[in-house]
Amino acid sequence: MSGEIADPRHEGDQGARSDPPGHGEGGPAPKQVTVAFGFWVFLLSDIIMFSGLFAAYAVLAPNTAGGPQGSELFELRLVFVETLCLLFSSFTCGVMSIMAVRQRAGATYLWGALTALLGLSFLAIELYELTHLVLEGAAPTRSAFLSALFTLVGAHGLHVAAGLVWLTVMMGQVATLGFTDAVERRLLCFGLYWHALDIIWVALFTVVYLYGVMG
Amino acid sequence: MTLLGRLSWDSIPLHEPIVMVTAGVLFVVLLGTGATILFKGWLPYLWREWITSVDHKRIGVMYCLLALVMLIRGFADALMMRSHQAMAVGAGEGFLPPDHYDQIFSAHGTIMIFFVAMPFMIGLMNFAVPLQLGVRDVAFPTLNSVSFWLTATGVLLINTSLVVGEFARTGWLVYPPLSERAFSPGVGVDYYLWALQISGAGTLLGGINLVTTILKMRAPGMRYTRMPIFCWTALASNLLIVAAFPILTATLIMLTLDRYLGFHFFTNEAGGNQMLFVNLIWAWGHPEVYILVLPAFGIFSEIIATFSGKPLFGYRSMVLATLAICVLSFMVWLHHFFTMGAGADVNGVFGVMTMIIAVPTGVKVFNWLFTMYGGRLRFEVPMLWAVAFIPTFVVGGMTGVLLAVPPADFVLHNSVFLVAHFHNVIIGGVLFAAFAGYSYWFPKAFGFRLHDGWGKAAVVLWVSGFYLAFMPLYALGLMGMTRRLQHYDNPAWQPWLVAAWLGALLILGGIVSLAMQLYVSVRERRSLADGTGDPWDGRTLEWATRSPPPPWNFARLPQVEGRDALALMKRGEADETPEPLEPIEMPRNSAYGFVGAFFTYLTGFALVWHIWWLVVLGMLAGFATTLWIAWHQPGEQEIGVDELSALEPAA
Amino acid sequence: MSEQRGDRRLDHAPGGHKEGAARLSTYLAGLGLALLLTVASFALVGSGAVWAPAIPILLAVLAVAQMGVHLVFFLHITSGPENTNNTLALAFGVMIVVLTVGGTLWIMAHLDHNMMPVATMATP
Repeated sequence: MSGEIADPRHEGDQGARSDPPGHGEGGPAPKQVTVAFGFWVFLLSDIIMFSGLFAAYAVLAPNTAGGPQGSELFELRLVFVETLCLLFSSFTCGVMSIMAVRQRAGATYLWGALTALLGLSFLAIELYELTHLVLEGAAPTRSAFLSALFTLVGAHGLHVAAGLVWLTVMMGQVATLGFTDAVERRLLCFGLYWHALDIIWVALFTVVYLYGVMG
Repeated sequence: MTLLGRLSWDSIPLHEPIVMVTAGVLFVVLLGTGATILFKGWLPYLWREWITSVDHKRIGVMYCLLALVMLIRGFADALMMRSHQAMAVGAGEGFLPPDHYDQIFSAHGTIMIFFVAMPFMIGLMNFAVPLQLGVRDVAFPTLNSVSFWLTATGVLLINTSLVVGEFARTGWLVYPPLSERAFSPGVGVDYYLWALQISGAGTLLGGINLVTTILKMRAPGMRYTRMPIFCWTALASNLLIVAAFPILTATLIMLTLDRYLGFHFFTNEAGGNQMLFVNLIWAWGHPEVYILVLPAFGIFSEIIATFSGKPLFGYRSMVLATLAICVLSFMVWLHHFFTMGAGADVNGVFGVMTMIIAVPTGVKVFNWLFTMYGGRLRFEVPMLWAVAFIPTFVVGGMTGVLLAVPPADFVLHNSVFLVAHFHNVIIGGVLFAAFAGYSYWFPKAFGFRLHDGWGKAAVVLWVSGFYLAFMPLYALGLMGMTRRLQHYDNPAWQPWLVAAWLGALLILGGIVSLAMQLYVSVRERRSLADGTGDPWDGRTLEWATRSPPPPWNFARLPQVEGRDALALMKRGEADETPEPLEPIEMPRNSAYGFVGAFFTYLTGFALVWHIWWLVVLGMLAGFATTLWIAWHQPGEQEIGVDELSALEPAA
Repeated sequence: MSEQRGDRRLDHAPGGHKEGAARLSTYLAGLGLALLLTVASFALVGSGAVWAPAIPILLAVLAVAQMGVHLVFFLHITSGPENTNNTLALAFGVMIVVLTVGGTLWIMAHLDHNMMPVATMATP
């Protein structure tokens, strides 16, 4: 090893061993932090997936091929109610996670049920809106604009539906397994997921509906 | 008919002799392997130690094995194309009908990128990164197994297309409108879509896993500025996976909706825009190139430092260059379609960005050269790959910069000059790195070295074969030959193509040498055995444990005192006061990845053939498996101090 | 996690509550702010109170603000040192989203500009 010219010890030498765990320097982070961070990265990738769909929508929105335009189709009152449903469900989901941290099963079910109810209402309205469009002759096969619209809104709706299934499973897990570490971690991840869906919806109602009605 | 969707006896290409012979050989090999495993009683061992393993080292080895097997498949395609083009001039018709030839070049590209280069790099990262970080496993071991089996599902699906049905005839990026239902009504594009969608999901999950591992799971004292360069490049590469693969997912979803439900994203009619597909697929496709080549840079950095007996020159500039490439790689994708019709300002900006990305790459080349300068060089096989890589990659990089000039690109676009360029960087960069990493870490994985002579033969044959096969293509590109030609009329091209064919034969020799190397090494494993765990006089932590490492890698997590942690320990400057052993927790095996992937395969196959009941069934079964695992998580097993100290020699 | 309260350098899980007793008030404040911004967005489109060409920009500002509110009040993302990794990951994600969407729009607009726009080519 006599060929060494640089001494690597002088790099970043201060206080390695006294560092607490979790910042990488003091050894591997605790499981809860690792899981939540991994899920956070997953959510970012999901948001990037949506950005692909948003980009496609933005490019294809003018391509109505002689079919209906957004301003002729969108019903802003319905969208407003949808938005409120999702926003309040985000809030109830937050309260649920507080209750879960306090390990209060009854309250967790209650706020979980409220979250599910609001999510279901959101989905019901969205489904009504989309079937209505198809019946009006504005099916996704009509034009590129409608293809992109149905895909973007549908992808978000599918995420909400998957979230509802997940929420149901989690309620079952709390009931059968109790507040174990694993269940707590999963509830934390579910909360992240649900809030992220609401953030995507903010972009969605602004870009699709509000910009859409302005023509 | 309806019960099996589009599937019928006509789907088996009985009239294609080449396909049938291949399928027959494949069938015999698979049957033979299966029978051997059953009769020798190896199945329980394989199930326990490999199939259900969540050990990052085992999974890494399986990724590399998958890549090596698929390399043979992808190379067989290449050899057929080279042989065909060497004879398909003028009156000569070659031996491949256009229909088959188009499937072959599509399959070759798809397989080589998605199922050779990707799993090879991911496998090496999976194997080496946790060891280099000084930890016991990746952040999510079970998820790691899921990722691998999803990739294997994609591989199985794409190979199913060889025997049942057909593969896409659209090129490896399935540009619409050719790939739309109207022009490709068969199952080929559907095989492509679902194989990529499934293996892409696996890749994304693996990327998340390694990002989390590197950012959150490091040995005590392993600060960012002390991480081995391979970990840095793995971090950058996996960040790119997390950022780019979702775009691929979205793009393929849109094409799938076009094909399955009659949507109009990329169709010719109803306002579809096929240029949007080209734009989006390359927004994934360009970062993909760097996903492959960044870990390759990392491997060469480790190898060059080790075999020069010196710390890497310019560690900080190397890290900065890696991160710069990571960001810049997202700002250049338009250079893949300069000729699509954007104006001078857009083309200009993307051309300049592309040239800028050559700067950090150049920094790296100089760092490697200066690492070797004044070092005590040992030309072992991994180092030979590295030495072959540097000039080869520089040539490839220079032709890339040439292609980044939009006016030059207008001349060279879609010519075999381009084909020569990307093979130049992918073979010379990624594949050489894969082989280098394979021979470098093989003793760590199995406890014995690979045979030296056959390894050197592989280097010589691969390198000379590469130059003979691809340098003529540069010339041909300048002479005006376009890519993917099934037949050509210009007799002046033929000598060059014959030379390229000879090059492919040399590469065949290289592949045979690699196979022989493995065979001979296993046979002579006793004389090649390495008892030290550190056969190369390594500098990083993977060489601090024995070979093969125990499932927990390190009985005590190493205390990292500086960069090149092991080199410091060897100089005795890191204090070695072995702390008492403590019981450790290791994750248990899980069959979830394998079982889940089985149902995913059923679902994917059913989607290709429109067998809707099987789609529903497969999805329900997959969901049920997930539910089952949510309640019966295998959890962790504790390994006590007694067991540890029995297995662990004194430090 | 209350026992780790004093340790400022401990990494923070995204979305995790810093103290055992997570505050309802945070969520209430978030809900209030988000409601305000949502109502403002919808009202802006309906009313003629604002100079019309400014509306798209204002809507974008409101949307970005609301996403920020969600991140801070619901996902508990802060600029503290224990959140560095989370924030950096988020910044990376946002950069990719901006590059993808912005780049696509720029490139595709340029194609429309230079070639025959697809929208007018299509026949009903």
